[in-house]
Amino acid sequence: MSLDKFYYDNKLPKFFAIACIFWGAVGMLLGVIAAFQLAFPVLNFSEYFPHLAFGRLRPVHTNAVIFAFVGNGIFTGVYYAIPRLLKTPMWSKKLGNIHFWGWQFIIVCAAVSLLMGFTTGKEYAELEWPIDILITLIWVVFGINMFATIITRRERHLYVAIWFFIASWVTVAMLHIVNSFEIPVSFMKSYSWYAGVQDALVQWWYGHNAVAFFLTTPYLGLMYYFLPKAANRPVYSYRLSIVHFWSLIFLYIWAGPHHLLYTALPDWAQSLGTAFSIMLILPSWGGMLNGLFTLRGAWDKVREDPVLKFFVVAVTCYGMSTFEGPMLSLKNVNAISHYSDWTVAHVHIGALGWNGFLTFGMMYWLIPKLFKTKLYSVKLAATHFWIGTLGILLYAIPMYWSAFRSYFMMKAFTPEGQLQYTFIDIVQTVTPFYIIRAVGGTIFLIGVFIMIYNLIKTAKQGSFLATEEAEAPALEKEYRAPSNSIWHSFIERKPILLLVLSLVVVGIGGVIELVPTFLVKENIPTIASVKPYTPLELQGRDIYIREGCYNCHSQMIRPFRYEVKRYGEYSKAGEFVYDHPFQWGSKRTGPDLAREGINQPSVAWHFDHMMEPTLTSPGSVMPSYPSLYENDIDVASTNSKIHAMRKMGVPYPDGYEAEANNDLMKQAETIANELRTGKKVKIASNKEIIAMIAYLKRLGTDINLEKK
Amino acid sequence: MSVIIILLIVSILIAGGFLIGFLWSVKDGQFDDQQSPAQRMLFDNELKINQTNLKNTK
Ligand code: HEC
Repeated sequence: MSLDKFYYDNKLPKFFAIACIFWGAVGMLLGVIAAFQLAFPVLNFSEYFPHLAFGRLRPVHTNAVIFAFVGNGIFTGVYYAIPRLLKTPMWSKKLGNIHFWGWQFIIVCAAVSLLMGFTTGKEYAELEWPIDILITLIWVVFGINMFATIITRRERHLYVAIWFFIASWVTVAMLHIVNSFEIPVSFMKSYSWYAGVQDALVQWWYGHNAVAFFLTTPYLGLMYYFLPKAANRPVYSYRLSIVHFWSLIFLYIWAGPHHLLYTALPDWAQSLGTAFSIMLILPSWGGMLNGLFTLRGAWDKVREDPVLKFFVVAVTCYGMSTFEGPMLSLKNVNAISHYSDWTVAHVHIGALGWNGFLTFGMMYWLIPKLFKTKLYSVKLAATHFWIGTLGILLYAIPMYWSAFRSYFMMKAFTPEGQLQYTFIDIVQTVTPFYIIRAVGGTIFLIGVFIMIYNLIKTAKQGSFLATEEAEAPALEKEYRAPSNSIWHSFIERKPILLLVLSLVVVGIGGVIELVPTFLVKENIPTIASVKPYTPLELQGRDIYIREGCYNCHSQMIRPFRYEVKRYGEYSKAGEFVYDHPFQWGSKRTGPDLAREGINQPSVAWHFDHMMEPTLTSPGSVMPSYPSLYENDIDVASTNSKIHAMRKMGVPYPDGYEAEANNDLMKQAETIANELRTGKKVKIASNKEIIAMIAYLKRLGTDINLEKK
Repeated sequence: MSVIIILLIVSILIAGGFLIGFLWSVKDGQFDDQQSPAQRMLFDNELKINQTNLKNTK
């Protein structure tokens, strides 16, 4: 048997590693700033930079951490591990470079556009359509490179880590395409094709699977490569890894609706989500135990080796959050956790503990390898480990605490049957917890900077190994297939690439054909009194989306006594049929706004409140929005917005595009007049605040009309 | 709620794809040997690097 000689490229793993750490630091820094903003609203600097207000910053933080930090982390591992596992270099250096620079370009576009207020308003899928298309292209480039490498491999067996990478690639492609189905209104503005309940379902189907197939399965792949490597012992049970892989990916897809318990989503869909979520404990814990047991008999090493320390905590956090997740999917637990800081704590156990620590461990192992040297300082790495762990605890504990405090306050009634606490009472109670949480995040970030210093020193003391020479026998061309049917040899020769591509093709085709048909029909209102938004309200709604109000406010009242009493009649599915996109939100830093039009009908109140929330609500942590009083409503866009809505079946009259702005002006003038006479303020009727007030006044009022 | 149908179709497509992948992998003999792959990945066939001086010391 002859040996092939070939070279592993280390440049791309190095690039990806640098990008991962850099964006990680940036993303976490933004998180820390956002955390402090929640305690000290002056930090929104609203008067100077409307771009930095919490509602815009938080999506940049979440997107940066998920797609920039973890994304580049995945690619680092993939570009390092796959060639070594398959005994072949990556198929194409050029595609690799396109992938790298394309992804970084996407990240920069994402950050800039989100800060500028270009957003779809769908959590973790905020990026506008041109960027969505770019993501798709780069993802395909990555896929081609990965699958071509797999096909040209010199090792017949695909190690379990590679299975995880494959499944992640396929599913993320599918999720991204289905959820990004939107109708462009202009360059950088689009409306989701889906409305209301449907949009919510698609979004959380995507949202949960983004957690599953972006934050979890690829990282399990990394775990299965780097943990055995670092411990220098084989994985505890290879059989278990395979079993848990196939069961995990199969179950995960169905869990999305657990984000919508007690909402207007049909009950059976909620139950489906709950059932699969609970089943998920098994494969998840299979992975965790397999990781931890790999270290059996090596615990003495764990005490010394910082890499293993990070891995142990990462895998433990994985186990904790995958236990917590199914628990949060139980309806009675979810009643407490949903909209609360509990969810925030839960995702940070995952993000800081699992993704963060696994990445750090990987870097401490990988960078010395790439630079042919030892880690500069094991001691500093150990310091990082302890600081990071402390940061996680200081982050999570206050969040759990605040979740329970606010839950009990939220549902406290006086003996007379009145709510005991106002919302602002609750805000003031949890603010100190927010401060501790922000400090926890800061400490975690300090750890990251210690790591950066340590890794730079490590790189400096070594010399970079750009390519590594390796050799392996070529793969025997002939693998004797048990049968020689056409079907079999067909699969045999083009194993996965074809399968995957056809899946994507079928998926895209199916979606493009099905979605419009399904959805237009769906827009027939089930509640007769629910009408489309007026042009002014629609413009206001787009400002609401642009400013990211959904990052603090929900618009979905659950059928509990304490919610109905506080916010009004619980929300019905039929109320959202014109909501492209839905704005139910996932977190209540501020009160629910689903019936704001009934709860706070005063235009004057909103006028003061948006200018400076503490004027009307002392102790509020909501940012002020002075820019809305200066910016003009973008009337030029009204026409195309109405047109897009009509295309999706929203029943504006024929030819309404041309008249819309007249109606808009009229309604704006009415509101401005009310302010001029009632409040004696001078405000031009074409300012954005007028549209915003019009939208807030409309919220939840349609159903009230019906009752009268 | 017709979008559920879309999601079901897509989910079943993915799950079905995974099933085919699984069947393929079993037929291909991917899982015939469940011992050596776990061991083999620990060796990298790298030439030119001396593994021993990479060990961490305090
Ligand atoms: C940092 C989180 C945060 C963001 C972002 C935010 N709010 Fe608020 N909002 C709050 C909090 C907290 C309150 C409760 C205290 C108060 O009334 O100011 C509140 C209250 C409100 C109220 C009064 C609700 C009532 O009936 O008492 C309205 C209306 C409102 N916000 C609208 C908005 C709009 C519109 C935006 C986006 C432009 C927005 N908020 C962005 C946190 C936020």
